[in-house]
Amino acid sequence: MCSGRVDLEFILRAFMNGQDGVFIGGCKLDECNYITQGNYDALSTVYIARKIMEHLGLNPKRLRVEFISSSDGNLLAELTDDFCNQIKEIGPLGKAEGFDAQALQLKLEAVNKLVPYIKLVERERLRQPVKSKAAYDAFFTSSELDELFNELIADKMSLSQIMLLLKESPLTTAEISKMLGLSPSDVAKHMGNSSRQGLVSYDESNNSYALV
Amino acid sequence: MEGEAGDFKVTLKTRPRYIIEDRCTGCTTCVEYCPVQYPDPFNQEISDNKAVHVYFSQAIPLVAYIDPETCLYLKEDKCDICRGVCQADAIDFRQTPKKRDVNVGAVILSVGIEPFDPKTKDEYGYGRMENVVTSMDYERLLSSTGPFEGEVLRLSDKKHPKKIAWIQCVGSRRLTEGENSYCSGVCCTYTQKQVILTKGHDADVDCTIFHNDIRSFGKDFERYFRRAEELPGTRFIRSYVSIDREIPETKNVVIKYATTDAGVKEEEFDLVVLSVGLNPPENFKELSDKFGIELNDHGFSRAIHTNPIATNQPGIFVSGAFQGPTDIPESVFTASGAGAQCGEMLDYRRGKLAVERVYPEERDVSDEEPRIGVFVCHCGANISSVVNVPSAVEYALSLPNVVYAQEQLFSCATNSAQQITDLAQEKGLNRIVIAACSPRTLEPLFRDTLREAGLNQYYCDMANIREHCSWVHSKQKEDATRKAKDIIRMSVARTRHLEPLQEFDLPVNPTALVVGGGIAGMTTALSIAEQGHEVELIEKENELGGMARRLYTTIEGMDVQALLKETIRKVYANPLIHVSHNATITDVSGFLGNFTATVATEGRIKKIEYGASVLAIGAEEYQPSEYLYGENDKVFTHLEVGEEIAAGNETITGADSLVMIQCVGCRNEDHDYCSRVCCSHAVKNALKLKANKPEMDIYILFRDMRTYGLREDYYRDASEMGVKFIRFEMDDQPQVEAVKAGGKEILRVTVPDLVLGKRLELDADIVSLAAAVVQPSTMAETAGMFKVALSPDDFFKEAHVKLKPVEFAADGVYLCGTAHYPKHIQETINQAYGAAGRVLTLLSQDTVTASGSICEVHEDDCVSCGACITACSYDAIEFRQTEKGRKAWVNPVLCKGDGLCNAKCPTNAIVLRHFTDAELLSQIDAA
Repeated sequence: MCSGRVDLEFILRAFMNGQDGVFIGGCKLDECNYITQGNYDALSTVYIARKIMEHLGLNPKRLRVEFISSSDGNLLAELTDDFCNQIKEIGPLGKAEGFDAQALQLKLEAVNKLVPYIKLVERERLRQPVKSKAAYDAFFTSSELDELFNELIADKMSLSQIMLLLKESPLTTAEISKMLGLSPSDVAKHMGNSSRQGLVSYDESNNSYALV
Repeated sequence: MEGEAGDFKVTLKTRPRYIIEDRCTGCTTCVEYCPVQYPDPFNQEISDNKAVHVYFSQAIPLVAYIDPETCLYLKEDKCDICRGVCQADAIDFRQTPKKRDVNVGAVILSVGIEPFDPKTKDEYGYGRMENVVTSMDYERLLSSTGPFEGEVLRLSDKKHPKKIAWIQCVGSRRLTEGENSYCSGVCCTYTQKQVILTKGHDADVDCTIFHNDIRSFGKDFERYFRRAEELPGTRFIRSYVSIDREIPETKNVVIKYATTDAGVKEEEFDLVVLSVGLNPPENFKELSDKFGIELNDHGFSRAIHTNPIATNQPGIFVSGAFQGPTDIPESVFTASGAGAQCGEMLDYRRGKLAVERVYPEERDVSDEEPRIGVFVCHCGANISSVVNVPSAVEYALSLPNVVYAQEQLFSCATNSAQQITDLAQEKGLNRIVIAACSPRTLEPLFRDTLREAGLNQYYCDMANIREHCSWVHSKQKEDATRKAKDIIRMSVARTRHLEPLQEFDLPVNPTALVVGGGIAGMTTALSIAEQGHEVELIEKENELGGMARRLYTTIEGMDVQALLKETIRKVYANPLIHVSHNATITDVSGFLGNFTATVATEGRIKKIEYGASVLAIGAEEYQPSEYLYGENDKVFTHLEVGEEIAAGNETITGADSLVMIQCVGCRNEDHDYCSRVCCSHAVKNALKLKANKPEMDIYILFRDMRTYGLREDYYRDASEMGVKFIRFEMDDQPQVEAVKAGGKEILRVTVPDLVLGKRLELDADIVSLAAAVVQPSTMAETAGMFKVALSPDDFFKEAHVKLKPVEFAADGVYLCGTAHYPKHIQETINQAYGAAGRVLTLLSQDTVTASGSICEVHEDDCVSCGACITACSYDAIEFRQTEKGRKAWVNPVLCKGDGLCNAKCPTNAIVLRHFTDAELLSQIDAA
């Protein structure tokens, strides 16, 4: 298997399991022994995963990809040490970011549910056609990408979290907003859309929303 | 040896090992108990080993031997402790040399080289000064299996040297008695490697290399040289040196050297490495007598210029460095080439001695609960000196579904494999975890072990507790043991989900396609055809010959035109070779063993079905924009000068003065490599011109003279005949202007003289440029069609630069000749035979086996979005109409198992088998 086989879900699963950091090792960029250059896919997966982490409030430095040739054992050891030290500095997952364990789990689970959707969006909108490190870096750090990410993924992530919360019990807009740290107006917008789509119902008696 | 080609009788004498190979398990208990120490020959006698020991950790077979010179029993009948402690009863002091006769059709001499021994020259101080070592010694010092386990230490005080000097050309390029006049060809680059590794060990070490020319003529070597040169704290100093003295208190070594700016200097070093050259094998005279082969003055095989693998004795071939100093890739392809030439002789016997391996019938265990056996390997002491192996075994037993676990000294030893097979049957194991080394080398062996046990080979997983654990954590034993347990736990978790997979056989079309009708293509085509296969030879011009049509002699004096004529004749005369002229390939489809090429040739379109192809599309000459080339008719390229000499053009042969400028269009930013052939080309032309008109003034302006290997002798000849060699540097290149002097039009070449520090003006009748060898114009297109990669310099990128020099990463596609990298004709011929050898290993089989670890579509989950199809680089996935509608389908033959599609599929409908989500997620969960 190629480093491009690393699925977004694998990364999320590791964090859901409470791992403090994820390190992906791939062959050196532009030195693919085949013609696939799948390590660029690993790179884009990492960029997208880091965006998601940032959006969730997790330190994106917890995820790292490095491209190392098989003859560079020493370099792998060095980079691993460096990464471990970095993770130690950042501290335990969630705690260091000020989340309680349950809230973090909910966030990650919500994203995990979106993986199929993110894959579709990635293919349509978030793919960089030129396989070069410079082009990937430029694309994934551009303000256009931020806009795209917000437009395509960020809202869905909020909604996915709301749905998971509502699965437990009906909640008011204010409660949702508090639990997820979202602005009440955003929550209201999501709830409005969702009830129009028939996903949630509004109970006027206690002002709360519930899953249909 | 007696007999003749096709029927030799060879008597082999095997010296006793005093160990019964079949019984020895390589457990090294005898080594532990042996009381006698002696200098370890494998570690250059720097550290000691026991009188009984395993030669080195990757020795084949991995069993011990007893040194009769030091063993107390064999010497004085005194001690037989080893016999007492050997549980395998493998020690046998009564062994005597054994003779046996073998009947063979051909003999290949791959006898290699010996490193030059600097002890023969007192001036090097080797053996006299403790901190003067050879590059072979240093190689061992750098190695993790070396005398100090990978620590670079001085022999005098076991301290880390902080200042190291390398001295180049020790034993090479010298006319002094006992040394070699030729260039050993490999030392410049191996020294650079040692510098890079040294810096990797300790970035603060000051590295100084005293060198003559830097000969980075190999593929990617120029970049490698710069990488070494640009490392901070590294100095490359062009100077002859002498080892002056040892400082008695510190044992440091003082070196004297001269630089153009500062005169003679003295400098003290902690350690001095002698970059020793390559000698022919010690017993070369004996070899020559025994096999009746002729040697050259240096003791290497006297190359037949038209076929350096052959010797004057039919049926006796030479591969590797016995042809003369060579690097690894050349050794590898001459080895394949020698195989091909044996094949030409013995093809009628191919496969007659093969015995088909019969495995027990595979047991279907898919309905059984996983019963996992875990085998934790000591790897001698490689793992067990760091990881607590018994504790890892105990831990493995506590893991779910693990029903058996044990330790093994070497899981890869024959007896260990047998043990795994036996235990699998005895304990009813249906999945095996080998906690040992990287799967890169030994996974095939363990898969085979499972097959022997009647299990599907994909029920095997390797937990890498050596490279990923013991080797990197040698100082953290407890943590390493914990990590080994983590790795084993993860592997067991994955193994529980492993599925049985089937490999399948693909038929192989026995026809070969050769693209390019130059020396490379024709030679490979002939060799393939001589071994009984049809060859389709595609030539883009209307006649065969390629670049060789413009070459007349080699530096050694081989008549290129005669060779070309004869080769072309043989090609046309061979009924199995079909030549297409004026041909272009417009399309290639298919896969390993079953390709189809569409070829447009002389007004018609041909479809050619074939099993393997060789791309031998050659290279072109750079068209210089420098030095008035194309503007002034007295400026030529070396190739043109060669043609004009052959044509007897008196403007050139009768010129009073001629200036050659080297490295035109390469070793620069545009072409960041050395064209390899031009230095010899310049010398060859100079010798021809001088022979014709000795009073001609010839100047060769060079950056580094790279007449590597035995070509060095011609460089010396040229120098002795009065050819002037003037070195210049990249940042101050020669200038050429057309001027009138003494009433005639001449070319004035100005070049800085680095020795005298002033500018020289050379008035020349003719200027000849060493125009670079560059990729052919059809390169990118050909690479695209055959789905093969290009290296950074736009030559073909082989599958592995050292070990697979004639193969592409794409299966069934091979390469040879200058499309791989610039090379001399003999090297091209060697490589062409090498490619033929590799092609035959494929085409001589009726079928090839495809991996079971490929992708598969679960049709129910497929939403036919096509994400997998865009993700696949091999066009292995397509839509097919099924009863459930349009669904993705994987062509198992084309799939390479990278799994990109799996990561892109939004519904997890496409699955990379053996690396499924379930398998990998369970591994992550167990982390």
